[in-house]
Amino acid sequence: MMTVAFLKAAIIAGTPLLFATLGEILTEKAGNLNLGVEGMMLMGAVIGFQMGYSTNSPILAMVFAALAGAIGALIFAFLTVSLRANQVVSGLALTIFGTGFASFAGQSLVGLKMTDAFNASFKTIKIPGLGDIPFLGEIFFNQDIFVYLGYITAIILGIYLYKTSKGLNLRAVGENPAAADAASVRITRYKYIHILLGGALCGLGGAYLSLVYVPVWQENITAGRGWIAVALVIFSAWNPYKALFGAYLFGGLDIIGFRLQGTGIVISQYVFDMMPYLVTIVILVIVSMKKDIRNAPPKALGEPYFREER
Amino acid sequence: MNNGSAYVSMRDITKIFGTVKATDNMNLDVAEGEIHALLGENGAGKSTLMNMLSGIYIPDSGHIYIGDREVRFSSPRDSINAGVGMIHQHFKLVEVLTALENILLGFKIGIFVKKNDQKRLIQQIMEKYQLEVDLDKYVYDMSVGEKQTLEILKTLYRGARILILDEPTAVLTPQETVKLFKIMRRMKEQGCSVIFISHKMNEVMEIADKITVLRKGRTIDTLDKGNTDPQELTELMVGRPVDLSIKRVDKTSDNRVLRVKNLRADNEEKLEVLKGISFDMFQGEILGVAGIAGSGQKELCEALAGLYPIKEGEINFKGENLAGRSPKEFITRGISMSFIPEDRLGMGLVANMDIVDNILLKQYHGNKGLFVKRKPASEKAKEIVKKLEIKTPGVHHPIKNLSGGNIQKVLLGRELDSHPELLITAYPVRGLDINTCLKIYDILNGEKKKGVSILYIAEDLDSLLGLCDRIMVISHGEITGIVDARVATKEQLGLMMLGNKEVDHAV
Repeated sequence: MMTVAFLKAAIIAGTPLLFATLGEILTEKAGNLNLGVEGMMLMGAVIGFQMGYSTNSPILAMVFAALAGAIGALIFAFLTVSLRANQVVSGLALTIFGTGFASFAGQSLVGLKMTDAFNASFKTIKIPGLGDIPFLGEIFFNQDIFVYLGYITAIILGIYLYKTSKGLNLRAVGENPAAADAASVRITRYKYIHILLGGALCGLGGAYLSLVYVPVWQENITAGRGWIAVALVIFSAWNPYKALFGAYLFGGLDIIGFRLQGTGIVISQYVFDMMPYLVTIVILVIVSMKKDIRNAPPKALGEPYFREER
Repeated sequence: MNNGSAYVSMRDITKIFGTVKATDNMNLDVAEGEIHALLGENGAGKSTLMNMLSGIYIPDSGHIYIGDREVRFSSPRDSINAGVGMIHQHFKLVEVLTALENILLGFKIGIFVKKNDQKRLIQQIMEKYQLEVDLDKYVYDMSVGEKQTLEILKTLYRGARILILDEPTAVLTPQETVKLFKIMRRMKEQGCSVIFISHKMNEVMEIADKITVLRKGRTIDTLDKGNTDPQELTELMVGRPVDLSIKRVDKTSDNRVLRVKNLRADNEEKLEVLKGISFDMFQGEILGVAGIAGSGQKELCEALAGLYPIKEGEINFKGENLAGRSPKEFITRGISMSFIPEDRLGMGLVANMDIVDNILLKQYHGNKGLFVKRKPASEKAKEIVKKLEIKTPGVHHPIKNLSGGNIQKVLLGRELDSHPELLITAYPVRGLDINTCLKIYDILNGEKKKGVSILYIAEDLDSLLGLCDRIMVISHGEITGIVDARVATKEQLGLMMLGNKEVDHAV
C-alpha cells in the first residue's frame, strides 16, 4: 500500500514536469532551444492562480495559464525567429523576466486560497474499468483531470510527431530547415506555432503547481522545475512517450526524500534534488557513447535560419 | 539567342548582394527535352541565377517565363508548383528521416502519412526514369550517389519538368557520374528540361546539348555543343586565351625523403583500410595517388601526417621513424612536413576566423610570453595574399566568406610558408575552376623545383597524368601499382583503380 501511494504521488509530482517537458520538446523539435521554461511556467502559474481566484472558473484559469505561457514564448519566438537573436541568451532572459513577473503579479496573492468548489473540480476521478485494475488502476487511473490531460497530451504529441505529415514537416524544420524550406515547408510559421504551443504547455505545467499541487500562491512556486524539464527533454531523447516515463521518474525523485523520512531512513533531500541532473548527465554519457543518431538532438537546434544566407 | 522554342526563359535578370552584382542582366533560354549546361568559373553567377529560378533568391529586376507565362517566385514553394526542381550542391535532405519521408516532406498528403499509397506512386516514377532508391533506408546510411538519386526522385515526385543540377558531379565517383548521366539522358527523353551547372569541360562536352557560358555575372554566349570545342569554351569562360595544358617540371634529384614500409591501419569498425602500403618518395618529385574514392587515400594521408592510428609499419622520413608520433611531436622535432587536407574548412582552417588568425594557429607555439603576437602573422598574411593572388577584402575578413579557390590558396600559403620538405595534398583542386586549378598546379610545380617532395592525391586522371612524375594507384587499401606518369594511359590507370595489379610499368 505504501508503494502504491508513493507511485501515485510520483505521478502527481511528475505532471508539471511532464507538461513543461512536452512543451520544450515541441519547441526544440522546431529547432529552437528555449531556456525560458522556468519563466513561462511561473507566468502560467501566477496568471492561472489569479484567474482562478478572481473568476472561480477552473477552465478560465487553465486557458489563461496556457495563454500566459504562450505570450512568454511569443517574446522568445519574436527574438529568435524574426530577429534571429541568440537563443540561449533570449531564453535565459525570458526566465529572468518570467520570474520577476510572477513575483510582481503574485505579491497580492500570497497566502490566498481557492474556494472549495474550485478545488473540487480538480479532485481525483476514478476512470471506470481502468481504475479497477489492481495496483496499476490506483496509480494511473485514480487521478485528477490534469494528470489525465498529461497522458493525453503526450500521446497526441507522439502521434503528431511520428504519424502525421505536419509532424514530419516539423521534425524536418528542426533537423535541416534548408531542406524543409526547399521542400516548401513554411519555416517561420512552423517555428512560431510550435514555440507558442510549447510555451502554452509550460504555462499549464506551472498552473498545475499553483492550482492543484500546492495549491496556494507562494513565491518561486516552480522551484527549478523548469530546469529539470530542460534536462528531461534530453533524458527522453526528444520523444514524448519517453517523456511520460521520465517525468514520472523525476517526479518520484522529487518526493522520495520526504517519504523516506517517514520510514526512518534519513538521506538529505538535497541528495534527491541532485538526482534529476545526475541522471541526465549519466543519460547524456550513455547516449553519446551509443552514437545513435535517432537519440541525438535536432541537428539545427539553436541555429537561426535565414534562407538567403550564403 | 532565343530559338523560339524555349520552355524556360530568363530575361535581363539582375541580383545584387550588398554592392556586388552577382548577376547582371543575365539571359537564359532552355527548351524542352534539352540538356543545357551553364558553364562558368566560381563566382560567375551560375548558382545565383539558378537559385532565382528555384525561388530561393528573389531577383532585383528581370523576368522569368515558363511555358508562355511570366512567373514570379517568392519562395521555393512557388517554383515547385511551377515545375522547377533544383538539386543543390549541398543536398537538402534530412539525415534522420528515411528516403520516403524525405520525399513526402512538405507535400500536401492529408493529415496522416499514408506510406503505402505514396510508395506505389513513387515506384512508378522510379520505373519511368529508371532510378534506384531504397525508400526505407535512412539518409544517414546513404552514399553520396544514393543521396543524389534520392534528390532527383524527390523533385520528380513533385512534378518537376525543369530540373536544375548544381555541380552534381563534384562529389561523385566516376562510376556514379556515369549513372547520373544515364538518368539525365533518360529525363531528356521524357521531355524534361535539364539545366546542368558545371565547370568541368569534359563533362559539359559529354552530356550537354547547348552550353551557355557565364563570366563575372554576365551571360557571354549560348552555343550548340556541335559548333564549339573546349578551347573556345574555356576562352569564353575565362575571358582570355588560356593554355590548358599542365606543365611538368622535370625531377632532378634521387635523394630519398620518405620510405613507407608495410603500413597497416584499421578503421573504427576494425576493418583494415590500409593493407600493407609500401612506397618511396624522392626530393623534388610529385607522386600522384589515384584511386576510387574511399580506397584508403584519406587514411594514408592522415597516417603520414600523424593523425590516424597506425597498426603496423614504418614511416621513415629522412632516417627517422615517424610511425606513432603526434603532429605536435612533428613540429617540436622539426619534421618539415605539411598536410593539406581534403576538407579545407573542416580540418585545414577555421571558417569563422580571418586569414591572420588562421596563420597564427600554426605559429603561436613558438611565441614567448603570455600574449599572442599578431603583427608578424598579419604581415605574413599580407605577403601570402599578394604572392598567391588571393582575392579578399582584407586579411581580417572571415575565411568562410571567401570562394573555395581562395580558401585553398590561404591553406596552401600557410603550409608552404613553413618551407616543408614533404607536402601532402589531398584533392587540392576539388571544386575549383580552371584558372585557379592552373594556379595551384603552378604553385605545386614551383615547390617541386625548390626540391619539395609532393604527395598529390587527386581524382582527375588528366591532372594526375599531366602533373606527376609517378602515379601510385590504390584500390581497397592496397597498392595495385606505381607507374611512370609519362607513359601511363588513362585506361591503364582505370583498370588498376578497379583492382587489377599492374606490374609492367612499375618503376
